[in-house]
Parts: sequence; structure tokens; C-alpha cells
Amino acid sequence: IFLASPSALTGSALFFAAQRCIRALKTVQAEHAPPQHYTWRRNCSSAVMPRITSHYTIFPRDKDPRWEGVEMERFADEADVVIVGGGPAGLSAAIRLKQLAKEQEKELRVCLVEKASQIGAHTLSGACLEPSALNELFPDWKERGAPLNTPVTEDLFSILTEKYRIPVPMLPGLPMNNHGNYIVRLGHFVHWLGEQAEELGVEIYPGYAAAEVLFHEDGSVKGIATNDVGIAKDGSPKDVFERGMELHAKVTLFGEGCHGHLAKQLYRQFNLRENCEPQTYAIGLKELWVIDEKKWRPGRVEHSVGWPLNRNTYGGSFLYHLNEGEPLVALGFVVGLDYTNPYLSPFREFQRWKHHPFVAKTLEGGDRIAYGARALNEGGYQCLPKVTFPGGMLIGCSPGFMNVPKIKGTHTAMKSGMLAAEAIFPKVTAEDPASETAGLHIPEYEDNLKKSWIWKELYAVRNIRPSFHNYFGLYGGMVYTGVFYWILRGKEPWTLKHAGLDSAQLKPAKECTPIEYPKPDGKLSFDLLSSVALSGTNHEGDQPPHLTLKDDSIPVANNLAIYDGPEQRFCPAGVYEYVPLETGEGMRLQINAQNCVHCKTCDIKDPSQNINWVVPEGSGGPAYNGL
Amino acid sequence: MSRVLVGVKRVIDYAVKIRVKPDHSGVVTDGVKHSMNPFCEIAVEEAVKLKEKKFIKEVVAVSCGPTQVTETIRTALAMGCDRGIHVEVSGKDYEAMGPLQIAKIFAALAKKEEASLVILGKQAIDDDCNQTGQMTAALLDWPQGTFASEVTIDGEKVKVVREIDGGLETIKISMPAVLTADLRLNTPRYATLPNIMKAKKKKIANMKPADLGVDMVSRVEVLRVDEPPTRLAGVKVETVDDLVAKLKANGTI
Repeated sequence: IFLASPSALTGSALFFAAQRCIRALKTVQAEHAPPQHYTWRRNCSSAVMPRITSHYTIFPRDKDPRWEGVEMERFADEADVVIVGGGPAGLSAAIRLKQLAKEQEKELRVCLVEKASQIGAHTLSGACLEPSALNELFPDWKERGAPLNTPVTEDLFSILTEKYRIPVPMLPGLPMNNHGNYIVRLGHFVHWLGEQAEELGVEIYPGYAAAEVLFHEDGSVKGIATNDVGIAKDGSPKDVFERGMELHAKVTLFGEGCHGHLAKQLYRQFNLRENCEPQTYAIGLKELWVIDEKKWRPGRVEHSVGWPLNRNTYGGSFLYHLNEGEPLVALGFVVGLDYTNPYLSPFREFQRWKHHPFVAKTLEGGDRIAYGARALNEGGYQCLPKVTFPGGMLIGCSPGFMNVPKIKGTHTAMKSGMLAAEAIFPKVTAEDPASETAGLHIPEYEDNLKKSWIWKELYAVRNIRPSFHNYFGLYGGMVYTGVFYWILRGKEPWTLKHAGLDSAQLKPAKECTPIEYPKPDGKLSFDLLSSVALSGTNHEGDQPPHLTLKDDSIPVANNLAIYDGPEQRFCPAGVYEYVPLETGEGMRLQINAQNCVHCKTCDIKDPSQNINWVVPEGSGGPAYNGL
Repeated sequence: MSRVLVGVKRVIDYAVKIRVKPDHSGVVTDGVKHSMNPFCEIAVEEAVKLKEKKFIKEVVAVSCGPTQVTETIRTALAMGCDRGIHVEVSGKDYEAMGPLQIAKIFAALAKKEEASLVILGKQAIDDDCNQTGQMTAALLDWPQGTFASEVTIDGEKVKVVREIDGGLETIKISMPAVLTADLRLNTPRYATLPNIMKAKKKKIANMKPADLGVDMVSRVEVLRVDEPPTRLAGVKVETVDDLVAKLKANGTI
């Protein structure tokens, strides 16, 4: 029996409650709150909560006594252009810059930093590549040995029910039609792009993450600084501590991929999102399987919607048969992150989808050899921010040029990188750049984008994804696509809106039903931890968790209390766990940062927007091989 | 006191899940994340520390294998080695390469470079042989300080504290000598980006085993590689009688 004091119900008492929690975090108190505060005390999970976040972005080092006297000077170097991110966009931009330099016989120093230990190790995508951008970048890509080995031969689309499959004809003109495209292992393709870039003289530095944006006095971007190394888990300096390095450039390109952490900062700094909708996302989980040769159909592309998702949860699957010697299939599942049920687990939806008779028959007798996950953009045209600012620009999936109904973003990412390079080149090689700011502002890039096929493509499909926000959900969206896209090619004069921030879409747990997922059978479906092991992900253990919380008390007080801890379910790597407190009452959040596969879903979907993903020590993260 | 040779091996990264090739001839290495063998990192760190303490003048990093091993040598150069030697071995020779061939190469190089010390990692995490250091010392007829957890140079002698089954053993050996690094010898420094950039300017000499008079023929042939058998779940029993009954049932007793 406890007494709920009336004061506990007022706002000021809640404020004092929060204060108590935060103070309790700083000084570990053994005494417990008196009984009449039991209701809120349970939410704060008692006074003995171990500290979770120790990263210097939350606890600055200049105020931290452990950092007194530590040398914080950084070595700096100058380049003409610095590119953050070694993915299709970053590498295409680097290559295009060097191609122009060669053509016009000019010298240009281009440096590219990539957080993965090797180019391609953090790359994950379906993927059906539309070779349009590649044809422009390297018309002789075949002679150069680009790994486009599997032309699409068959294209199937299905609506799945629990036991059956309704085939949908793949008519030419529908956005999903794949005629002329290639099934690729994007990681291998990106690795090949990296080799081409190195041959052209681009300086590529894998294993070094861009951790900080540097600014000139006039507020323009000066370049980036790579991550510091040798900080212990509690945030103190180790013997091997060394500062990162500063790379200064006339213009810096940010190609961090979907929901980049530096891009997040730049949106705020330069107010780049004031005239567009907030970006919406999906999470894509993928596996590679070696299957029975009898079931192998190289060049076959299969997509499905429907089961196991209900009609109001956007998502679907892909299954591609590769043609690279072994009977390999790449398959995966995408779930829109605007889902409302906090009990939904994208990972477990993926695992149970594999049991559908139509899918299981391909996988039976096969072996799973790889696993990974990554968030992807779904916003399209309505969510494109301003992409240029003094000293830099955004390229690729970072601003987000993915064509969602086509489920392709690589060709537009590459093209955006190439357009950026073409806009930059005359400015950085000019004798007198004639710029108002120290870092060059090159708005021509945005003009080029608007005149290119990227813009036309994204405009034409802009209403397909938002059309799912109706009572009939998936079916309403398909009808809209059939009428307005297939017939009218997106020429309708209106532009539909998305539903708003993904993190704001979750309904409180008490309004939703928990989903009964089947136990993994170890043959077709698997548990989370063995999947994470297959991603090869690892991080230096003794470093501050890079999944930083602005406020350590919010996960239990808000996420767990109202939404039953959705991060335990949407993280595809088991980073977030709510475990019972050692001292008895209540739960605490445990962050297993070493498991992180850098998918960014938590930063996107956290209903409290309390999680801020920052980059860990370079070369940590997954070790994807051709995913 | 002049020169130290340090061996570095490029191995599959320890966190990656290994997959056996479909033809069972080996493990898949194409496109798989590789890094420097952790014990080799410790060996490099020890050599660089000795140079910083002015016991030696030059550290030479050596690796044997195809072109990709030059990345590993660059990391060693970024950690502080002065120059590198890439002994080129590829194809069938590389697949059959084992501790004996490496030991012969290192013995030849140690004589050629007039090294006072050869420091290696105690073993590689891919084959777990733990033989190269010992074989190199035998071929050179040099003393060896293996499983070193502490190394101190004392004039012309080296005091080595070795990790052995019974605890710690301290020995004093004269130089030239071969040392192999164990886990607790030191904490390797990071190869930071400015050092990687500087390392691009350091020299890596290229040579073939034949240039050193080493014959790469292996007397060991790998017949087949298989995954370890899947571990079966254990069975819990409630009482001692149950245990005895189960053991009798499966024929153990």
C-alpha cells in the first residue's frame, strides 16, 4: 500500500521528480524516496542509476578536470576539396573532379575520409543498379571491370497473404520495372569505384571518421577534423590518446549517407531545412544466402508487399538472384519508420517473412552467410533540403535523392556527386575564386540539380509514398500509383504531404497490442545475436558509447514508461536492452555500443529524440563484404 | 645497437565470421576485412618503444605475401617503423606458405640487414601456429625470448620476462636474438592519419624469396578444411541417479 500524495500529480512535483533523478545520477544515493512518491519513483527507476553517457559531445572536455593539461592541438593539412564518406556519391564526386582535372590539365588535391576500415565495408543496399549515372561517369565501365555481372532477366511483384501470393503484373512504365538494370553487390561496386578513384589520384583514407565540422571566423565551413583516439569508456584520456587531424579545404562535400551525423549538425547551423518537410525514413535489413543450385535463377528480381505487415505499415521485401559463380541470393525486408505500434520489431518481421511458402521454398536447404541493416530515405522531393552552404555541400543519400517507388537511390546519389564536382571544379581551380566567404559557397550545384534528370525523376514520383497515408493504407497507395503515376506520370498539380517526423508517429504502448512473433527455427529464421555476429561488427570496447543520450534519465522515464522501450525492438543489432537494476526495483537502459552496425535507426525513431548518434573511433562498425 | 626487424602479418580481422570455401580448400578471403595480426601490433609497438628509448637506431617492418600486405606494412610505418620490406609471395606459394618458409625468409633478412633483434608476434590468429619465432631463432642459431611480457635491454644482453604455464620466467639472453611478443607486453598505439600520410613517403623495398636464396616449397599439403562440428546442446539433469542413468544409456559407463 502506498500513499499517492496529491502533490505528486502536479507538474511542479514532476519537475522536482526529474530534478531528483538527475541529481541522483550525479551523486549515487543509496536511500530510497519515501513511499508517497512511489508512482513517479518507479518511472525514475530509483536513485541508483549507473551513468550511461560519457561522450565529450555531451560532457565537454574543457570543463572536465581529467582533461586538464592534455595536449589538444591538432595537426592540420590543406586540400582543395575534402569529401566525407566513401560511398557512391562521395566516390563519384571525387572521380569526376579528378577526371575534370585531367581533361583540363589542372592540379587538384582531393582527400576523402571514410569511417569504415575499407571502402565498401559499411555499404549495404539491395541492389538493382540503374546504370544511367555509371554510363555518364565511366562509359567504358565494362572494360574497367565494374562488377555489374547480373543483368535483370525476370521481374516479379507479389502481394503476400499469410499463406498465399497474389501476383501483380509488372507492366512497363511502372516505377518498379527493372528492365535494363543490373543486380549488384553494392559493397563490391563501391570498392571498385574506390580503386578507380585511387588510380585517378584521389587520396582515400579509410578507417578515419570525420567527427567534427570546422568553421572559419565568418561562419563558413573550413573543413573537418577526424576522430580522436584513445579515450576510455568513462570519458577520460588513456595513455594512447591522440587528437584527430584537421583537413581544411576550399569546399567540403558531405556524403555520409542516410541521416549523417555531421549533416544533422549542418541542417541546424545553416537552417537548411526551413523550406522542406522533415525527412522520413525506412529501415532495410538484408541477408545473403547460398542456396540450393536447383532453386537458383540468376537475374531474377522478386519484390513483395503485404504479409507480414498490416496495410497501414509501409514496407515490403526484395529477393534478388545474383549471378557471380555461386548460387547466391540477396534478400531483405524494408519497414517504413513511420510505423505506429511500438511493439513492432523490423528484425522479427524480416525473420518471419522468410517462412512464407513462396520465400521459404527458395531458401530451404540454403545457408545464410551475411547480415546487415541500414536506414534509408523515403521522403523524396518534399524533403529535399537546401544542399549548398558557405564552404560546403550535401550529396547523395544524405540530403536524400532516393526514388522510393523504384527503390533505387544509387544512380541519383552518383549523379548528385558528379553534379557537385562539375559545379565545384571551375571555382576551386579559378585564380581568384571571388567568394564572399572564406569557404566557397557554390549555389550552382543546386541549380544543376534542379535542371537534371534527378529532379524530374523525383518530381514524377513525389506523391506515391505519401499516398499510403489513407484509410486503405497500402491498397490506397497502390491504386494511387496505378492511376496517377502509371497513367499520368506524376503530372498531377498537387503535392501530397508526409505525416511528419517518424519519431512522433509511435502510439503509447497501452494503446497497442503486442505482436506475437514466432521463435526463430535456426534454419530459415534466426535470433538477433547470431545475426549481429554475421555482420562482423566490432568496436574498440574501451571508448565512450557513441550512442549518446542528451539526458540519461529519459529512456526509463519516457521511452520505457510510455512506449515500452521501442529501441529494444527497432535496433537491428541489439544495442539497446532494458535490464533490471542490480539493486532491485526498476529497470535501466544498457547500451551495447560494440554491436552497433551504424544503421542510424535509433537516432531517427527514438520517440524522445534523446539519442544522438555520433561517430565512434574510425574503422569500427560492420565488416560487410559485398552487401 | 642498430637495427631491429619486425614481422607483421596480414590476417582476417578477429571480429569477422570465417566462412569455409564451398570446395573445402580453405577459407574465403576475397573482400573480407583484414587487419594486422594483434600480436604483430604489439611487436611493432615494442620495437618503436625501444627506438624511442634510443636502444636501437632503425626499425624495419617486414611482411610476406601478395600486394595487399603493403597496406599492413604502411600501418606499421605509421606506428613508427622507419622503412618496410615487402617479400612478394603470391598464388600457390602464398597459399602453401607456413612458419618454416617465413622463418627461412626472416633468417636470410636478419643476416642481410645485420639486425640485432628480430621481434615477432608470438602467433598469428589465423593459423595459431606459434612456430615462426622459434624456427627463425633455430635457423640463425640465435637465442630466443618467446612469450615476452617484458623486455629490457641491458648492454649487450636482453632481459626477458616470459609468460609460462607456471607463471613468469625471467631469462637473460645475449644479442643478436629473436623475441616473440605476448599480450601483456604493451598497448599498441593507434596509427593516426597524419602518420599514415607521412608513412606514404617512407620506403618499402620489394623483393622475392628467390632474391634471398629461400626455397618456398612446402612439405605440408592441406587436404581439406571443414567447419568445426556444431556444438550440441547440453542436457541438464535433476539428480545424481539421473546422471548415472544417462551416462549408462549413452554407453559412457
